[in-house]
Amino acid sequence: MTSTAHTAATDTAGRKPAGTTTDMGRTQAIPAAAGPASDRQAEYRILMRKWWFAAAVGLPTMIFSYPWLIPGLNTAFPPGSARLWWLWVAMGVASLAVLAYSGNQFFSGAAQALRHRSANMHTLIAIGTGTAWIYSTAALLVPQLFPSAQMTDVYYDVTVVVTALVVLGMAMEVKARGRTSEAIEKLMGLAPKTARVIRDGVEVEIPVDAVIVGDVVVVRPGAKVPVDGVIVDGASALDESMITGESMPIGKQAGDEVIGATINGTGAFHFRATKVGSDTALATIVRMVGDAQASKVPIQRIVDVVSGYFTPAVLILSVAGFVIWYDFGPAPAFAYATIVAVTTLIIACPCALGMATPMALTTGVGLAAAHGILIRSGDALQAAQKLDTVVLDKTGTITLGKPSVTDIVPAPGFEADAILAMAAAAERDSEHPLAAAIVEMATQRGLTRIGTSDFDAVPGHGIRARFGTHRILVGKRVFLEAAGVKAAWLEDDARRLSGEGKTPVFVAFDDRVMGLIAIADPVKPDSKAAIAALRALGLQIVMITGDNRRTADAIARSVGVDRVLAEVLPQDKAHEVHKLQLEGRTVAMVGDGINDAPALAQADVGFAIGTGTDVAIEASDITLISGSLRGIVSAIEISRATMRNVHQNLFGAFIYNGIGLPVALGLLYPFFGLLLSPILAALAMSFSSVTVISNANRLKRFKLVEVAS
Amino acid sequence: MTPDQILVTLGGVAVMGFISWFFWLKRTPGVRAAVVSDGYQEQMILVSGGYTPDTIRVTTGRPVRLLFRREETASCSEQVVLADFGKSAQLPTGSVVPIEFMPGDPGEHAFTCQMGMLRGRIVVEAA
Repeated sequence: MTSTAHTAATDTAGRKPAGTTTDMGRTQAIPAAAGPASDRQAEYRILMRKWWFAAAVGLPTMIFSYPWLIPGLNTAFPPGSARLWWLWVAMGVASLAVLAYSGNQFFSGAAQALRHRSANMHTLIAIGTGTAWIYSTAALLVPQLFPSAQMTDVYYDVTVVVTALVVLGMAMEVKARGRTSEAIEKLMGLAPKTARVIRDGVEVEIPVDAVIVGDVVVVRPGAKVPVDGVIVDGASALDESMITGESMPIGKQAGDEVIGATINGTGAFHFRATKVGSDTALATIVRMVGDAQASKVPIQRIVDVVSGYFTPAVLILSVAGFVIWYDFGPAPAFAYATIVAVTTLIIACPCALGMATPMALTTGVGLAAAHGILIRSGDALQAAQKLDTVVLDKTGTITLGKPSVTDIVPAPGFEADAILAMAAAAERDSEHPLAAAIVEMATQRGLTRIGTSDFDAVPGHGIRARFGTHRILVGKRVFLEAAGVKAAWLEDDARRLSGEGKTPVFVAFDDRVMGLIAIADPVKPDSKAAIAALRALGLQIVMITGDNRRTADAIARSVGVDRVLAEVLPQDKAHEVHKLQLEGRTVAMVGDGINDAPALAQADVGFAIGTGTDVAIEASDITLISGSLRGIVSAIEISRATMRNVHQNLFGAFIYNGIGLPVALGLLYPFFGLLLSPILAALAMSFSSVTVISNANRLKRFKLVEVAS
Repeated sequence: MTPDQILVTLGGVAVMGFISWFFWLKRTPGVRAAVVSDGYQEQMILVSGGYTPDTIRVTTGRPVRLLFRREETASCSEQVVLADFGKSAQLPTGSVVPIEFMPGDPGEHAFTCQMGMLRGRIVVEAA
C-alpha cells in the first residue's frame, strides 16, 4: 500500500482517518455542494461585465497612448502639446475607473492576502497595474521630477489592457473550472427527489429524505430507484450505467440488490430499503469522488513547496530587475526599470502552477466515476499509473464466483446421489463457495437431508463431520490421505477433471472413499478479452487461487494469464503479493474486497471489484462498482492519461514561468535588443492558466479502449 | 556609480529583505480552538482572501470541528483541503461548512484552497 498523507489521522488499520465514525467526516450532505456551480456562474457574469468595461476603455487608451504613430492623430495630438496632455489626463481618469471597477478584486485580494502576510496572483497584478498607473500619473502631473522628457510618456494602456486581459483570463478560468467539476455535479443531479413507499398498506409518495430503512418502496416501469435495497417482489431489467458504467441493462428479481438512482426498465417491483440518506451508494460515491478530487497527487507536495515561495520570490525578482535596469540599463533608466519590474510582476503565473495538478486530478477522478470506477485518492491514481503486474483472484474476479457441480464420479458400490447427499450434509454449514454448490445441487435433486454433527473445517483443505458414529470427510485428496483414507485410485479421474478446469472434491465415508464431485466456476464472459486488453497495456497478469495446480492451469490457459499461483491458502494471498513486490514489481491486487482485504491492502494498488452498493471498501484504493474486469483496464488507462496530463500541465507551468520570467526581466535585451511589453506579458499570463485548465478538460474526451464482451 | 544608483541599489536590497522577512519569516501564535459542550474543539474560520484565523491550535486526543464560512465569491477559495487528514469540502458562499477530524500526534498540518494559494496551519499540541 502506498502511504497516504493520512499520517496524523490513521487508525491502527492504517487506512481510515481516525474518528471517521458514522457521523464524523461527513462534511456535507449532497445538496450543500450544489452551491459552487451557481457561485461560479455569478462570478463569471461579474467578470465578463468587468472585461467589457475594461476592453471598451482599453481600445481607445491603446490608440491614444501613441497618437503620433497613427496617421491623422499625429497632427491632432503632437507630442508635447497641451491637447495631448489633456487627452492623457482623461485617459488617467478612465484607467483609474477601470482599476476601481474591473480591477478592484486585485486590490482587495492583495490587501486581504497582505493582512495574512501572504501574496498571490492578486498581489502581483495589483502592484503591477498600480505601479504603471502611479508612474504615468506622476509623469503627467509632476514631469519636473523626471530628468528626461522621454521618461514622461504614460503607460495607462498597460494599466487598462493588463487589467482587461487578466480579468478575461479569470472569466475563462471560472468557466473551465466549472466544466472540470461537472462530473460530480452530474452525479449529484442523479439523486431522485421523491419515492413511492407503502405505509400502513397504502402507497404514498414522499420526499426521498423521508424514506427509512425497512420501508417497502414501489418502483414503476421507467421510474428511478430512489434508495438502495433488496427486491422483495417483482422483476425487471435495470439501467445501472450511471452508477456502474455497465451499458447493458441488468435483469433483477426477488433477492437481488438494487442501487438508488438507477433507472427501472419495463417491469415493476417492490423492494425493501436497506440504505438511505447519506448511506446510499450514490451519496457515498459523491463523497468519495469529492474527497479524491481534493486529495493530493504525491507530486503535488513538491509543487506546494514551490508555490509557497513563488509569489514573494517574484516580488523579489521584480525589485532586483528594477535595480539592475536602473543601474546598468539604457536611458531613460527609470522608465525602463519600471517597465521591467511591472512586466515581471505580470508575467508570473502562480495560478498555472497551482492548478496544474488539481485540475487534472479532478477531471481524471470524475471521468473514472462516470465509468463506475471510484479512485480513492491522488496516491492511488499515481500508483495505478506505475503498475506492471496485476494479480487477479480467480473466484469471483475471473470467474463468476457461482460454482456449480458438473460431474460426480462414484466409487464402486456407491450411488452418485448418496455421495452428493453425504457431502451436502457435511458441508451444510460451511461458507465455502464450493460447499454452496454441493448443497444447491443436493437441494435441486430433492435429496433427503441427513443429520450430521461435529463440523470441523480446515480452511483450504476440507471439512470433517460425523453422521452418527461414522466419519465423513470432504475435501482435497491430501486431506483425506492425512486422515488415513486411500484415494489414489481416483487420481486419474481427478486429473482429467482438473484438466478441464474443474475442481475435484473427494468424499470419504469412514475409511472408504465414496467418490469425487467435480465443481466448476464458469469464467465471466468478458474476462478473456479484458485480460488480453490488460496485457496489451504491457502488464503481466498473475492469477491467484486456492485451486489445485491442474485446475488453475486449465483456467489460466482458457483466459490467457501469464503466471499462476495455485494452491494458495486464503491467509497466504497477502504474502504472495508481497513476494511479487520483492521481485521489484509494482503490484495491483484485484479481489472482492472482503475475503481479500489483507492482500488488497498489501498491494501497491488494491482493486475491489463488483461491490454493488458497498462502494466504500476500506482496504481498496480503487473500487469497481460493476463486476467486470474491463473496469481495471479503464482504471489503468484513466490513471495513465491523468498522470500524463498532470505532467504536461506541470511541465507547461514550470516552462512558462521558467522562460517567461527571465524574458520579462530583459534577458534577451543585451543580445537581441528585445524587451517584453507588459501587455504581451498579460496576454501570456492569462493564456497560460487557461491552457492548463483546457488541457485538463481535454481528459474528458479521453477515449477508452473498447474491450469486446 | 552615481549617488542615485547607490540609493536605488540600497533601497532595492532593503525592499527585498523586507519582502523575505514579511512573507517568509512570519510566525503567528494562532488561536486556540475552544472546547464546546459536545466535547469537540471548535473554531470558526472566515474565508475571504485568506483564512481568519489562519493558525489554529488544538490538543491531541480530542476531536476537532472547524467551521468554515466563505464570505466571497472568488472561485479560488471555493474548496478547502486538509490533505493530511484526508478531508475536503466545497464552501458555498455564505454557508457554514463543518469539517471534523481527529488530531493525531503533535505536529503541524496545513489547510489550503485547492490550488494551495490560500494557506492556514493546524498546530497539534500535546494534551
